[in-house]
Amino acid sequence: MADSMSAAAHPAPDGVTKRDFLKLVAGATAAVGTGAIIWPLVDSMNPAADVLALSSTEVDISKIPEGSAITAVWRGKPVFVRHRTAAEIKSAEDVQLSALIDPQPDSARVKPGETQWLVVIGICTHLGCVPLGNKPTDPRGEWGGWFCPCHGSQYDTSGRVRHGPAPANLPVPPYAFENPTKIKIG
Amino acid sequence: MAGLHKSEFTNPVINWIDTRMPVFTMIQKEYGVFPTPKNFNYFWNFGALAMVNLMLMIATGIFLAMNYTAHTGMAFDSVERIMRDVNYGWLLRYGHANGASMFFIVVYVHIFRGLYYGSYKAPRELLWMIGVVIFLLMMATAFMGYVLPWGQMSYWGATVITNLFSAIPVVGESVVTWLWGGFSVDNPTLNRFFSLHYLLPFVIVGVVFLHIVALHITGSGNPLGIEVKGPQDTLPFHPYYTIKDSVGICVYFIVFAVLVFFAPNYLGHPDNYIPGNPLVTPNHIVPEWYFLPFYAILRSVPSKLGGVMMMFGSIALMFVLPWLDTSPVRSARFRPIYRILIWVLVLAMITLGVCGARPPEGIWVVLARLATAYYFLHFLVLLPLLGKLERPLPLPESISRPVLGGGPLPGGAMAKPMEKA
Repeated sequence: MADSMSAAAHPAPDGVTKRDFLKLVAGATAAVGTGAIIWPLVDSMNPAADVLALSSTEVDISKIPEGSAITAVWRGKPVFVRHRTAAEIKSAEDVQLSALIDPQPDSARVKPGETQWLVVIGICTHLGCVPLGNKPTDPRGEWGGWFCPCHGSQYDTSGRVRHGPAPANLPVPPYAFENPTKIKIG
Repeated sequence: MAGLHKSEFTNPVINWIDTRMPVFTMIQKEYGVFPTPKNFNYFWNFGALAMVNLMLMIATGIFLAMNYTAHTGMAFDSVERIMRDVNYGWLLRYGHANGASMFFIVVYVHIFRGLYYGSYKAPRELLWMIGVVIFLLMMATAFMGYVLPWGQMSYWGATVITNLFSAIPVVGESVVTWLWGGFSVDNPTLNRFFSLHYLLPFVIVGVVFLHIVALHITGSGNPLGIEVKGPQDTLPFHPYYTIKDSVGICVYFIVFAVLVFFAPNYLGHPDNYIPGNPLVTPNHIVPEWYFLPFYAILRSVPSKLGGVMMMFGSIALMFVLPWLDTSPVRSARFRPIYRILIWVLVLAMITLGVCGARPPEGIWVVLARLATAYYFLHFLVLLPLLGKLERPLPLPESISRPVLGGGPLPGGAMAKPMEKA
């Protein structure tokens, strides 16, 4: 009723009235205000400062025997640090990229000059289980890397997926050598 | 009576839903075209404000609970972590703590509106009583929420308030042990308080729903306190009162923002930033401001059981208020004596609040006792007598009449019973 009255009182050439403008501005202001209230609620569920502060981990690698791996914890996830044998490095480097599900050369997954060290996040890219294979006595699958007990995915000595159902290689986390016996993940 | 609803909505999706479940028709009826007295003043904003406030408390509370740990050894630190580490945690906590204060400010104004304009009188007695239930639930929720940070005031507040029940003859001690889940306020107490603090707001939502159901049966009161005579006295709720409520909501958010952003600890107590210590009571222990008047009533009676009974009685009185006030005239605008007494009551409540915040000694005890005496005198003696003694002013013939220029008629229908007295 009020709309038609105001429209009749102040007709604009294109039928747009001041009330239309007021409605839009008021509605937009209310929407922005509601968003400004909701955003802090949503953002509070993101990682807090103390969680982010735990985002790097130092690992002593001096005690890992050749042919074995250890599991470090970074951001609550298992990280495999593997001391590869010369044969394992060679088999990882010699693979044809065309034979891989997720093609990536071994050189892109290790640090130059430190090829005996492989650092990967130990979570199967299929559905998140932790693959076996850190100890030489574990089942390591046909390609000598890791074997996931949940659905049988297999990884090679570079952590690359060689047998499904996993779709992708084990990701390499950001890390750096602090000195020859210590790495910092994150 | 089963059967599809014949929906009048033209939007096909809304029509399809509305035909099967007529919620849109209900919203349109109760909040769209709902006939509302056209003479509301801004006191009638406070119900909507309380609703907004309740929603904010639940929203901030749910997200706070995601980061809170209900354990005596960890609660205090988890609250500090919320303040320092959680994204916007400071805003959530300050918003929630000051939101409680805002809630009581809003609800106290809402209750004052009811007292001043006689909103509790027939046929709105049940509506009023449901409101008193909401108030009691709010007090319980606020008290238990204040315990959760597990600071010194939390701990000793919990101890003192639960010990009120030890005043009950014979079974008092057993009741207190049961409330605590042990022999002092401790981890079991904190856990159950957290559980109930999370539950009660949703109970409040349910009772608020009943409050609104009752309201939409009787219809709203209005500043003149006379009944709506017909469509000429009303306006559709939307857009007239949605807009008027929006103005109030803007002012409400300004006050809220000033508290949260410029004085977030103004209404709190520094002692609550000291972790709770069961072996040392703070020198000066007081409840949150919104409980101070009732705390002052408790302390002004020199008897343990007597004080507790007076304190609970002061709220229990509210349940029978519709029958204590014998005057059929609702609005204080037409009650020359009541209009003065209601402000004396407000003064008494403020006096009680001030006294409750002071140590119970010297002049504060005397003032608190005088104010307590007036509080009970007001409801138990003055209100019943006033209905018989007071001569109300003539009521307007209708809500429209004064607006449209017609003067009040001498001796309106509502005033007639008075002339016998």
